[in-house]
Amino acid sequence: MKMQPAKPELSLSAAPLRKHGASGNFFRFCREKPLGALGGMLILVMVITGVFAERLATHDPIRTDAEHTLARPNRMHWLGTDNLGRDIYSRIVYGARVSLAVGITSTLLGAILGGIIGILSGYFGGWLDLITQRVMDILQGLPLLILALVMTAALGPSIGNVIVAISVPILPRAQRVIRGSVLAIREFAYIEAARALGVGHIGIAFRHILPNTVGPFIVLMTAQFGSAILVEAALSFLGLGVPEPYPSWGRMLSVSAAEFARKAPWLVIFPGSAISLAVFASNLLGDAVRDKLDPRLRGA
Amino acid sequence: MRIYLLQRLLTAILTLFGMSVVIFVLLRLAPGNIVDVLFASAGFVDPAAKEAISRELGLDQPILVQYGRWLRDLARGELGKSYRYDIPAWQVIKPRIPVTAELAVLALLVAVFLGVPTGVLSAVRQDSPLDYVLRVVGLAGLSMPSFWLGMVIILFLVSWTGWIPSMTYVSPFEDLKAHLLQFLFPALAVGYRSSALIMRITRSSMLDVLREDYVRTAWAKGQRQWVVVFGHALANATLPVVTVIGIEFAFMIGGLVVTETVFNLPGVARYLVDAILWRDYPIVQNLVMFIAIVVVLANLTVDMLYGWLDPRIRYETR
Repeated sequence: MKMQPAKPELSLSAAPLRKHGASGNFFRFCREKPLGALGGMLILVMVITGVFAERLATHDPIRTDAEHTLARPNRMHWLGTDNLGRDIYSRIVYGARVSLAVGITSTLLGAILGGIIGILSGYFGGWLDLITQRVMDILQGLPLLILALVMTAALGPSIGNVIVAISVPILPRAQRVIRGSVLAIREFAYIEAARALGVGHIGIAFRHILPNTVGPFIVLMTAQFGSAILVEAALSFLGLGVPEPYPSWGRMLSVSAAEFARKAPWLVIFPGSAISLAVFASNLLGDAVRDKLDPRLRGA
Repeated sequence: MRIYLLQRLLTAILTLFGMSVVIFVLLRLAPGNIVDVLFASAGFVDPAAKEAISRELGLDQPILVQYGRWLRDLARGELGKSYRYDIPAWQVIKPRIPVTAELAVLALLVAVFLGVPTGVLSAVRQDSPLDYVLRVVGLAGLSMPSFWLGMVIILFLVSWTGWIPSMTYVSPFEDLKAHLLQFLFPALAVGYRSSALIMRITRSSMLDVLREDYVRTAWAKGQRQWVVVFGHALANATLPVVTVIGIEFAFMIGGLVVTETVFNLPGVARYLVDAILWRDYPIVQNLVMFIAIVVVLANLTVDMLYGWLDPRIRYETR
């Protein structure tokens, strides 16, 4: 983030002017939105967990151990073991890597592609806009999970395909948000000025309009991130998501885990808690960021 | 009003038509054609049998002809043949529709009856401890995968009461009580999520309306609290709520896919997953189209409710 010069404030008090630097913004956000900051911290912790999974895991997440199957949580296996004797804690740690990577990549992919479509559609308008919007209506009309299911059915299970499958339903939602703000920005005087100076369409769309859609874009990303994790979990649970041997949180809950759930509830409780916590954190952050950046949607 | 409805109807038909193209194209993206997939697990492949199936499915025809035939069959209500059961797909799907429909309706009821009152309460007691608790509970509902919630409910039932709802389908005509109990928990699991969304939108919509002048007038007249809140404010706060219920219904159908699997209910949504896992692609194509039709109909219903709930919309489009 760029350092901004301190803006003079209309204040009668003799208090020194506050500097709104990047760190200043950060601390202000934490003070005004403690829950949002908590969500952000949780996500950060999970990302770090995923990145340093090798260091943090106590066992090899895919090594089976016939002697310690369905072990209760104990000193050796903090969160117990599954029906194949794999360490649940280590699988959740490695699962953070898979689930978060899939969640972040698919959200980015969907939001960026959707954003580009939204900018072009909103800026150029006319037939392009009309056709794009109808296609997006169609994509948005299908339930998110059903669309993702069909995509994985069409593409076959692999990490790359799962990412594509999850990003496609995000696309129409992203383009709608971005298009909406482009429609508003397009009418501003500085855009007219740029046009008068002879800046080309692409230049205006991407150099002058794009930077002003960053706010809604961030709001959108944080909101969609949670649902991307949920969709990945559901797909993997159904056996259509991230394939073995990658330990994803949804996969850990899959049908084989459900079979042993009565004997070993930790098979169900812990991975599900990890999913819920990740989504909860992203929802907290998303709400707070939306309140900060997009006051029109406050409380929605 | 009539023009409004006609417009909506036309959009719905166009959307469905577009959806059929998207679904058709998507499933043609599948690597290899459907016949290869069908034979992939067979080991031994008889080329003649392969060709026969290819012809039966019309895969030897150009793609536009295939698409046209599919639409024609759909219009006639022919949903093709299930390769898994070797009977017409409709016979497999038909008994499953009431199961999914019942679950969807029950979940929607749970969502509305849980979401709207808590949303109103949260708005009326804005920034009170109760408001915070309700909001956090709501946010938690949005964060838990409904299928996991279902699993946890089953686990708790087992450990606390030693009892779980039947895991094999009980017909309402055999044993109504067991049937309802069987549907109650999945409906709760799915409905909780939706109720959280409904609660949030009810809250924010109510907060807007509660600040309006006419509500203040109602207070000033000395109206009772519940008359002001439910009679005056809620009536005008319902529009966004109805929108969300419409959107949420589509989302819920998606959620049912997993929940029906967890609770082992023989519904349409679960059959879709099975069909995908068995690679019964003709069925997948038809089932997704079927779900698309249901969703479009739900949206159409919501659109029509608008006109009824808010007369201003009717006049504007005249």
